[in-house]
Amino acid sequence: MTSKNAESILIKELTPAMKAEEARVEAQRCLYCYDAPCIQACPTHIDIPKFIRQISTRNLTGSAVTILEANAMGHSCARVCPVEALCEGACVYLGWHEKPIEIARLQRAATDDFNQGISASRIDAAPLFSRSPLNGKKAAVVGSGPAGLSCALYLARLGYGVTVFEKRDKPGGLNTYGIAEYKMAQATALDEVRLVRAMGVEIKTRVAVGRDISPKALEAQFDAVFIGVGLAGTHRLNVPGEDLAGVFDALTFIRHIKDREYSRIPPGKTTVVIGAGNTAIDAVTQAKRTGTPRVIMAYRRGQKEMPAYAYEFELAKKDEIEFLWNAAPVRILGRKKVEGVELARTERKGGALRLIPGSEFSVACDRVIGAIGQSKHAAFLKTLPAIELDGSGKIKVDPKTLRTTNPKYFAGGDAINGGREVVNAAADGKRAAWGMHQALTGQKTPPSEHEYWISTIEGRLVSPPKDFHNDPHGQKRQKIRA
Amino acid sequence: MTRMDKNGKKSAPDLTADCGGIKSPNPFWLASAPPTNSGEQVMRAFDHGWGGAVWKTLGEDPAVINTTSRYGAIDIGGQKMAGFNNIELITDRPLEDNLREIREVKKRYPKHAVIVSLMVPCERKSWHDIVKRAEDTGCDGLELNFGCPHGMSERGMGAAVGQVPEYVQMVTEYVKEAARTPVLVKLTPNVADARYAARAAQKGGADGVSLINTINSIMGVDLKSLVPKFAVGGKAAHGGYCGPAVKPIALHMVSSIRADAECRNLPISGIGGVSNWSDAAEFMLLGASSVQVCTAVMHYGFRIVEEMIDGLSHWMRERNFSKVSDFVGLSAANVVDWKKLNLHHKTVAKIHPDACIQCQLCYVACNDTAHQCIAVDRAGGNRVPHVIEEDCVGCNLCAIVCPVEGCITMEPVATGHPELTWEEYMAKGMKGYREVYKRFHG
Ligand SMILES: Cc1cc2nc3c(=O)[nH]c(=O)nc-3n(C[C@H](O)[C@H](O)[C@H](O)COP(=O)(O)OP(=O)(O)OC[C@H]3O[C@@H](n4cnc5c(N)ncnc54)[C@H](O)[C@@H]3O)c2cc1C
Ligand SMILES: Cc1cc2nc3c(=O)[nH]c(=O)nc-3n(C[C@H](O)[C@H](O)[C@H](O)COP(=O)(O)O)c2cc1C
Ligand code: SF4
Repeated sequence: MTSKNAESILIKELTPAMKAEEARVEAQRCLYCYDAPCIQACPTHIDIPKFIRQISTRNLTGSAVTILEANAMGHSCARVCPVEALCEGACVYLGWHEKPIEIARLQRAATDDFNQGISASRIDAAPLFSRSPLNGKKAAVVGSGPAGLSCALYLARLGYGVTVFEKRDKPGGLNTYGIAEYKMAQATALDEVRLVRAMGVEIKTRVAVGRDISPKALEAQFDAVFIGVGLAGTHRLNVPGEDLAGVFDALTFIRHIKDREYSRIPPGKTTVVIGAGNTAIDAVTQAKRTGTPRVIMAYRRGQKEMPAYAYEFELAKKDEIEFLWNAAPVRILGRKKVEGVELARTERKGGALRLIPGSEFSVACDRVIGAIGQSKHAAFLKTLPAIELDGSGKIKVDPKTLRTTNPKYFAGGDAINGGREVVNAAADGKRAAWGMHQALTGQKTPPSEHEYWISTIEGRLVSPPKDFHNDPHGQKRQKIRA
Repeated sequence: MTRMDKNGKKSAPDLTADCGGIKSPNPFWLASAPPTNSGEQVMRAFDHGWGGAVWKTLGEDPAVINTTSRYGAIDIGGQKMAGFNNIELITDRPLEDNLREIREVKKRYPKHAVIVSLMVPCERKSWHDIVKRAEDTGCDGLELNFGCPHGMSERGMGAAVGQVPEYVQMVTEYVKEAARTPVLVKLTPNVADARYAARAAQKGGADGVSLINTINSIMGVDLKSLVPKFAVGGKAAHGGYCGPAVKPIALHMVSSIRADAECRNLPISGIGGVSNWSDAAEFMLLGASSVQVCTAVMHYGFRIVEEMIDGLSHWMRERNFSKVSDFVGLSAANVVDWKKLNLHHKTVAKIHPDACIQCQLCYVACNDTAHQCIAVDRAGGNRVPHVIEEDCVGCNLCAIVCPVEGCITMEPVATGHPELTWEEYMAKGMKGYREVYKRFHG
């Protein structure tokens, strides 16, 4: 298959957009629950029943604002969130006899309209979000992934002069370079950055902190720094033959797809992907979609221990991927380029996994992709003064404010949780922005114009009233805020 | 929430409302009903964003006694509570408790509209007394409940007053003799023509009218027990009907009063099936300067007002309305008597094949019940219908039954004939009409 064909297959979305009417019909099915479980299940606590009701009343702009108030990354989350495990998995319909509301696709209907509206100058986004006047303080954000962008947006709303430093060419982090293209095209991730910029955030790409600007310089120029550097590259397989042409790490392979650099990833005949996490699934499904006829996923443990989500695994099965369980790579075969991979069978012995001696076998292939997890930015993080890491290399933070052990630094996203989802990174960015504001100003109660989004940090009952009064009978009124 | 405006342009629209001299931060009021039963509820509603509240109707002590089993509803398809019904009376709490709470609420919420709904026997003294006591709370206005169609009407109050224009005028006069705050008269829809009562209210000095109250109704019969549904121990009384299903009736009554030569300038508070911002906008376009809500709140709670405020604001921004009065009554002039419609206006249906999902509901509707002008050319397994345009009378039925929005559109057709209304046609001795559609003959 030519790379041109590959592109046309690849950009086909797995989950298509809803037509306006389809969205309204689905929106009307929503029960508009009170204290809805979907809101609690969303790490950013979007008021889901409210945004859905706004779709049903044809108030799409209002709906998008409801989403983006609580989640600055709501546009990408609508496509990339594992909603079966989050909001949709909590829908009350599941306990009855109906399928859950299609929350993600509804969310997308609203944010798509919003982003199209902004680019067509139909919608002037900035005035729709409260923003304090500039307070004269400056904040640096390191990394423009979901954590960094989210933090930058809320800091800008709070009145900070915000500069984001990003080492790559384009902003967006793994949203731009890592998410499977059939879930979200790179252009969508870049679209999302527009709102962040509209709030006055400056994004400096191709500036690596530690290389092009030192942490010391940041400290001198900014009142506080947010670290949202995510994780580093894929772990090496550490087997002989790893440097042969045709051996890729999953992130590089996926990045070429995201950048449409198909000439760098010829489909060949057979690809073996090592690993069975969600990234491995993204690698096998995209290898298949870029035209590789035979794709094999090899995992050193058994199927039950596979870390990928069940529905991600289903996706791979639908793509006719072959699976090798309990098979670990021993060496990559070939002289100049990959010709095959030698694997050994594994078994559990006394809890530990070991290779079964003499069980080696080889699979002929012309490409090997390693997808066995990402490493931490160990070297970089160690250059940050007085910032402590935990045993596994994650940055230690105060869970309420996301402040690090160096009071000038805050952190969030994959760099503190070791690698979770976009929505967790987005939630962290929001929490850190408020944490930073509290630290820099001493202000403890949210200013009224930011009360709404700040209330979504901890989660709240649906739309609690603003004020509390004792009832006229003199009996204490029940406090209904979460 | 404050929407800051960076460049001083397109700032948040001004939602403040003024209905008959009663001012509120926005046009969304709670109607007199269970949601406004107590101070605690009303304050909580204000906290959510409601601009005003009409207190659950007060009467003389001793307070009434309600039945248990009070509400009924019909569900249509997936929509619960498409129509709602109740046999509840006015407040069953002691007058003094209500008055104390109204005073307290007003003190804590000076900017919100607190309106006291009243209903006492048709005697001057009774009305003077209750008006004085209500106004002593510091409330912003009064609403006279001449609309309750059940129970109270059997006692000579509520709809029993509202159905007789002379009584409406008389009682309004009693009230105006004593009142210092604006007085709204709440009208019953259980009349042939709402304008008579509105005119009477105006003559009596009312500062405005609010409508509609609920419509006489029986919600159904239980086919096992053979007792009407939602009965009280085997017997049922008719109740008052409201909710989304009554909106068109209410819209008509509002617009008929707005269009009435005598009542043209009488302020209106629109009620009946308001569930979201667009319902509210429709009432306001037809002449209401505030809207009141009961059923939608009873279905989903006070929180719905947030979406109403938000939706109305976005719409106003989009339409460049900076304040509510910019659009109140803007559509009223477009409602006219039938005799003023253009007989030479012509539309025909157009089915867009790309959007068609081939259910053929348009086909059967037109073929069995309209004008037999939709055909399906079944050759080669085709299921997509098309319109035989020369036979189409432009009745809209196919577009209405079509489940797909935008699949069937009604397209205007230029006839080349000058505008001709029935009025003009009659004045010309029934001459000058050119056939714009095919009529059945013989
Ligand atoms: C292949 C793959 C697929 C995934 N699919 C999904 C999915 O479908 N759904 C989902 O919810 N999550 C998915 N995830 C997880 C998700 O992408 C991450 O959890 C999320 O992007 C973390 O956001 P972050 O901002 O912490 O880090 P990142 O997105 O990694 O962003 C970090 C940014 O910091 C920059 N940076 C690093 N160091 C420096 C420096 N020194 N100076 C300047 N800039 C620097 C990086 O270039 C990068 O742009 C996937 C992850 C991978 C690897
Ligand atoms: C349970 C119930 C009780 C009501 N009680 C009163 C009342 O005490 N006084 C009154 O003026 N209207 C009363 N109403 C009528 C409402 O105020 C309102 O006019 C009507 O319900 C139409 O609005 P809706 O369609 O938004 O419900 C009551 C309605 C309901 C459903
Ligand atoms: S809503 Fe239900 S629980 Fe509440 S008073 Fe009515 S019948 Fe009782």
